[in-house]
Amino acid sequence: MILGNKSTSWTVSSWFFALVLIAPIVVMLLASVSASSDLFSHLWATVLPEYIQNTLVLGILVALLSLFLGVPAAALISQTNIVMGKQLRWLLMLPLAMPAYLVAYLYTDLFDYAGPVQRLLRTWFDWQSPNDYYFFDIRTIGGAAIVIALVMFPYVYMLTRTAFEQQDRNLLRASRLLGCTERQSFYRVALPLARPAIAVSLALVTMETLADFATVQYFAVNTLTTAVYDTWLGYSDFAAANALASVLMLFVLFIVVAEQRARAGQRHQSSRPNTQHQRKQLSVIQQIMASIFCWFLVFAGFLLPVILLLMMAIDYADYQQVVALIDTGKNSIVIAAYSATIATFIALLLALFQRLHQSRTRMIPVQISGFGYAIPGTVLAMAMLATLGPLDHAINDVAKALNFQAPGLILSGTVFAIVFAFVVRFSAIANGTINAGIGQIPKSLDLAPASLGVKTAPAVLRIHLPLLKSSILVAWLLVFVEAMKELPAVLLLRPFNFETLSTQIYQLISDERLEQGALGAILIVLFGLLPIIFLNRQKDSK
Amino acid sequence: MLNKIWFCTLVFFTLLGASINVAANEDVNVYSYRQPFLVKPLFDEFTKKTGITVNVVFAKKGMAERLAREGEYSPADILLTTDISRLIELKDNNLLQAVQSDELSAAIPAQFKATDNTWYALTTRVRNIYSAKRLGKIDLNYEDLADKKWQGKICTRSGKHPYNVALVASMIAEHGEADTLEWLQKVKANLARKPQGSDRAQVQAIHQNLCDISLGNSYYFGNMIKDEKQKVWADAVNINFPNQGNRGAHINISGMGMAKYAPNKANALALMNFLVSEEAQHMYAETNMEYPVRPGVKPSKLVASWGEFKADGLSLEAIAKQRKAALMLLDKAKFDL
Repeated sequence: MILGNKSTSWTVSSWFFALVLIAPIVVMLLASVSASSDLFSHLWATVLPEYIQNTLVLGILVALLSLFLGVPAAALISQTNIVMGKQLRWLLMLPLAMPAYLVAYLYTDLFDYAGPVQRLLRTWFDWQSPNDYYFFDIRTIGGAAIVIALVMFPYVYMLTRTAFEQQDRNLLRASRLLGCTERQSFYRVALPLARPAIAVSLALVTMETLADFATVQYFAVNTLTTAVYDTWLGYSDFAAANALASVLMLFVLFIVVAEQRARAGQRHQSSRPNTQHQRKQLSVIQQIMASIFCWFLVFAGFLLPVILLLMMAIDYADYQQVVALIDTGKNSIVIAAYSATIATFIALLLALFQRLHQSRTRMIPVQISGFGYAIPGTVLAMAMLATLGPLDHAINDVAKALNFQAPGLILSGTVFAIVFAFVVRFSAIANGTINAGIGQIPKSLDLAPASLGVKTAPAVLRIHLPLLKSSILVAWLLVFVEAMKELPAVLLLRPFNFETLSTQIYQLISDERLEQGALGAILIVLFGLLPIIFLNRQKDSK
Repeated sequence: MLNKIWFCTLVFFTLLGASINVAANEDVNVYSYRQPFLVKPLFDEFTKKTGITVNVVFAKKGMAERLAREGEYSPADILLTTDISRLIELKDNNLLQAVQSDELSAAIPAQFKATDNTWYALTTRVRNIYSAKRLGKIDLNYEDLADKKWQGKICTRSGKHPYNVALVASMIAEHGEADTLEWLQKVKANLARKPQGSDRAQVQAIHQNLCDISLGNSYYFGNMIKDEKQKVWADAVNINFPNQGNRGAHINISGMGMAKYAPNKANALALMNFLVSEEAQHMYAETNMEYPVRPGVKPSKLVASWGEFKADGLSLEAIAKQRKAALMLLDKAKFDL
């Protein structure tokens, strides 16, 4: 209504970007059509049922663990007078800065039979063999789920805490007046009101888990992504691999639908966030338990891995590594910055289009542009090659026909492919952040320029962009950090002599020499801290 | 304001374009399954000699698939792999071209190259059985790993790893599918833990008394001895050459081939000739602890000290032919689960 139907360029570009982002997924689905049924029936008769079972169990375990770690943490921080609450408030977000594959490597190394913890126990108690004592096996689905949940729960914590903090105090007061105890009013009012936030965050966590490959590999856990790799790289069956990846996408689609249904019709916005509400006073014992719980999460999800990395860096770092870091670090930053900028720009375009346009299909571009988040990095990489490859060939064919020198693989063989892959994969994050920001701008402002008789599109931008400044920055930072951490896509798509921090760490890990990559790993973590520091400062200034 | 936005966009894409650089012409481009630190000294030496720059992309997975997708416009000149099956697959998919030179034919024995000259081996490596020093001297066949007496005593990496797949393929070539499946099932029943980690991690587990024997490639032993942290692991084990009383130990190769559409053919050939030269073969032996394929170039002193051994005479092509069957048997035995 605001922009009417006049701004066709906006409509066209929104649809254009949305379709570009979904193109690799469509290519993947098309390729899966020709999958041979022979290989499928072999896999189905042998390992596939167990892979699927593992995938489901892992997804559910991670979701449950994140729920039981994230929601209580959110409640403790936002509703009680826990000691050092102000510090814990942001400390609990720190695990987000850790790449899951890195934590997985550090923890399997630490708790393995041959790792330092069990070695120490054996020396202390003079045990000789595994039969002499019981120690949990880290390389199991349970071990994998715990470690993944330790770095994922902050999503649940962050969104749920925000939901708690923005709840209308009057609703809680009303419940108390109607005779609820403090506890009852939390379970009957506050928690149900936070349900949409919990559902969104759990969906994010589960999607990340399903798309993971590197992490579960360290735990020797075989999931559907294992099957995708096996069929593609082992059996060399591109079509079957795509078909399996599509099955994975179905799972994800199911999660998205379930999440949307879970919070259907639950819109609750408060104009009066409860800034100075009465916090529950914890007894001494409660205080101790709560502190142990929260500090354990900070320690296990962030401090311990960082300490391990620092110890390695101190032992092994030398001048050469620092020099090498400058180049690889620069590459990482450049591709992450491009990806973040493009993803944020597209998210902004699509979100404003959805908000300001009067058309029945206006939601579709935003929704389809977020699908890429669910695709494992390597699958996305091969979809990217399958999409950009033919384009490159067409460009070269045309150039040849016109008697120009063939330009080579300017799309699929360059940084462009990596940036494109990252934008496809992380658009969902940028979309979510920008949409949340737009949701907070009163609708009445959309109409302001028109009511003053000003030409609309530029005027709307002049009002909305400044109001969205912090959302834009947050979206940019989140994508930037994810792109810095990403491994499988960049590994497969990178051009000659092009290493990033994550590919370098991967190479050293695969040769059991992470010690020499510890500095680079610390650098990734430090960059990961940026959005957290920023988010925290922003909250404080409000 | 809109003009400003357009201007920024323009600048942005110009910069993006500038940061994309396509490899120039006085180069040779390598897609490598080998770790960069293993081959970099060789490439540096080559550049010093010829002035030709070597550009490398390394990945353990998917390089062949990338090459196939890129087709005739691929910038790749040379493929370096660490497994025979990968080379044969490249050849079967028509991604390699035949290459011939006096140097190559002089340096590489017939059993270590393709009959149609599409691929050449550079080094060989044995799939050894590592055993705990505490067991004393043992003489094992791969077949013996199925023996009940090793129950709970064997460690290995994933069965799906190319090195294990090739071993299983050689078992199929020798014993047929049915017997190999039975062997796999029995070996699985003997495992101390579910397959995990790398070849080195298995030696570490022996060092820690978790298991007694493990499968591992020969050069890892040398590399562990050279590594400060890992030397204690290697010190806890003996390296054994299996099947010495019969067909010989299973060997695999690392090798190379020229990409079908190699844009820098002459430079690529120069690099291939260099890699089989005495000097390069010597470097392979000394830095990577592998067995050079070129006759007359000796393995390193350390490797030689493990003794002479008899290698399985089975042709490399015969191993590669059974690869898919091997993968299927590993699935059937649920080896990794």
